[in-house]
Amino acid sequence: MKLKRGIPLIDQHDQHGFWGGKFGGSFIPETLKKPVEDLTNEFKKLRKDKKFLNKRDFYFKNYIGTPTSFVKLDNLTNHLGGAQIWAKVVSEANGGAHKIYNATVHALICKAMGKKYIVGDTGAGYAGKMLSMAAKKFGLKCKIFMGAKDIKRQKPNCDAMKKNGAEIVPVYSGSQTLVDAVSECMRYWVSNCDNTHMCVGSTVGPNIFVKICGWSTAQISRELKVQLKSKFKKIPNKIKLINCVGGGSSAYGFWSEFIDYDKKQIELIGVEAGGPKKSKLHAAPLSRNAKIGILHGAASYLCQNNEGQINDTESISAGLDYPGVSPIHCFLKDTKRARYTYATDEDALNAHVMVTKYENLNPSLEPSHAFAEAIKIAPKLSKDTIIIVNSCGDAKKDRDILKERLGKK
Amino acid sequence: MASLINEAFQNAKSENRPALLTYTVAGDNTKKKSLEILKSISDYADICELGFPHNTPIADGGQIQTSAYRAIKNGIKINDVFSIARDFKKSKKTKPIILMGYYNMIFQYNENKFLDKCKNVKVDGLIVVDLPYPENKKFASKCKKRGVNFIQLVSPTTSEIRLKKIIKDSHDMLYYISMLSTTGGKLKVSPKKILKRYGKIKNQNKSKNVVIGFGITEKTIKSLKKADGLVVGSAICKEISNSIKKRQNPVTNVTNIVKRLKNKIK
Repeated sequence: MKLKRGIPLIDQHDQHGFWGGKFGGSFIPETLKKPVEDLTNEFKKLRKDKKFLNKRDFYFKNYIGTPTSFVKLDNLTNHLGGAQIWAKVVSEANGGAHKIYNATVHALICKAMGKKYIVGDTGAGYAGKMLSMAAKKFGLKCKIFMGAKDIKRQKPNCDAMKKNGAEIVPVYSGSQTLVDAVSECMRYWVSNCDNTHMCVGSTVGPNIFVKICGWSTAQISRELKVQLKSKFKKIPNKIKLINCVGGGSSAYGFWSEFIDYDKKQIELIGVEAGGPKKSKLHAAPLSRNAKIGILHGAASYLCQNNEGQINDTESISAGLDYPGVSPIHCFLKDTKRARYTYATDEDALNAHVMVTKYENLNPSLEPSHAFAEAIKIAPKLSKDTIIIVNSCGDAKKDRDILKERLGKK
Repeated sequence: MASLINEAFQNAKSENRPALLTYTVAGDNTKKKSLEILKSISDYADICELGFPHNTPIADGGQIQTSAYRAIKNGIKINDVFSIARDFKKSKKTKPIILMGYYNMIFQYNENKFLDKCKNVKVDGLIVVDLPYPENKKFASKCKKRGVNFIQLVSPTTSEIRLKKIIKDSHDMLYYISMLSTTGGKLKVSPKKILKRYGKIKNQNKSKNVVIGFGITEKTIKSLKKADGLVVGSAICKEISNSIKKRQNPVTNVTNIVKRLKNKIK
């Protein structure tokens, strides 16, 4: 298994849609073959279409508000006394998280295909909130599938979805979290694929959805590359890019421009959700050595039992609370280009407390997992090492959880 | 082509009616009960589909999901599914049984081991919901080698070119999905339209047995009796749920439903 240079990772799959010969693919019911094929052809056409690219860039700039800032966290760096810690503040994007890139692109594709309805899944509620925003912006009718447990714990985002005119469909099956929301959304698409476009909220699902999402979030690393060159005059020699990984959309977006670099120069570190400290449940298939399995149309490392039943997962962060992971991260793991680890709920909470204490930054529980790793390794590293954390979401949505766990208002 | 599946269709044809196919979930609501149900309904059903339950079934509606979750909760394992099939075939030697489920279960069990086991317990056919053509080619030929029918699904969204290829590579039976829906949806397309499309599939190769499934209940079954075979699944699973709720014997209730379904297409 080998990575190719000069070709975007999203395009390094074989004719059946597999990365490294075994991750990804399109394990879908026959009914979805045609809509998936149509979408694949449309995307292939659109990504080469100058007009479409101009449109994307226009909305990225004027609607999403790119570029998001790249800042040094001086106080945190001084406190930890090791590597320099920087943040790419993606949470500045319209709506408060990276999910807006994928949502905007899907809304544009939906328009281009002449469909009037768009549906999507959501865990933390950001994918849903952003899709509802984009749908409103582009005049599409929108339905969001969301686990009943997540609806309760991420209320601020649900309020936003409703305000944008989207219908939230609560999902009561299984563990009532993201995994069930994605299943139910796919079922809805099976039944309505003739007039409805589906947006998968991360770099997961059948091959084409991994590609579209990765293509959209790649904006993050395109910006970062320019920002690095302007701050340091060249790409520095020792960089560590740390990102949380649930499905893996923000991590891919944060890394995509840097995958071709030698890992001694730019190390890629993904941080999964380790779950509560003393619990056996987690959502960390990459770092806790899960076996390969098939979920939601793709093969990936997967939290499952010996029989192939999908395991319940548990994490304080709804956005990372997913048993599978993107096939492209599996590929990055097996080719050893990226290193994956996990942070527990407690680690993430502590990191959130520390970052908000020292910096004018309010990372949500998802990127707090990434900050936990940064805080752990920074003191052991030299001062010329540049750690960059993708602060990909804002903690407004975590208001209730933080209040409960930290007594914070 | 002396498969039991083929024989079942010929037998129904000679009686001038479509074959009746039932779908139940292995282990619903217990291992023992599901075997009893299977044996009892096979007096009226021509072919029995037996689902191996998965906890993330992306193409199934509420009724079959409920059955699957119930079976898993009651501890059903893949090897139990095989032992149900084996016991069933011991007493009903000529009744074809088709296993149906999602690919991850087969993948975890190991493809070859799974298919050897199918052959060993005399499973007649296999439907894998999320392993579509052409990615299923290798798998289908592995089935054929072991004398297990691999049953391809065809849907209203299947293009003409694709349809031709699928039929060409199919074994004895094809499964036409009546409409854009998960299992157990309400029949939202007119029977006339369904049969028109069905005719197009049938015309490509008359020797293939084509069954129609999804949305078939006691109410709708008669209107589609021109087909080679009709599959009823969710309506049966729903009856099991109702029986449990009312504390009645699901075996009797389900058998009665299947009996009534059969009478409607005679």
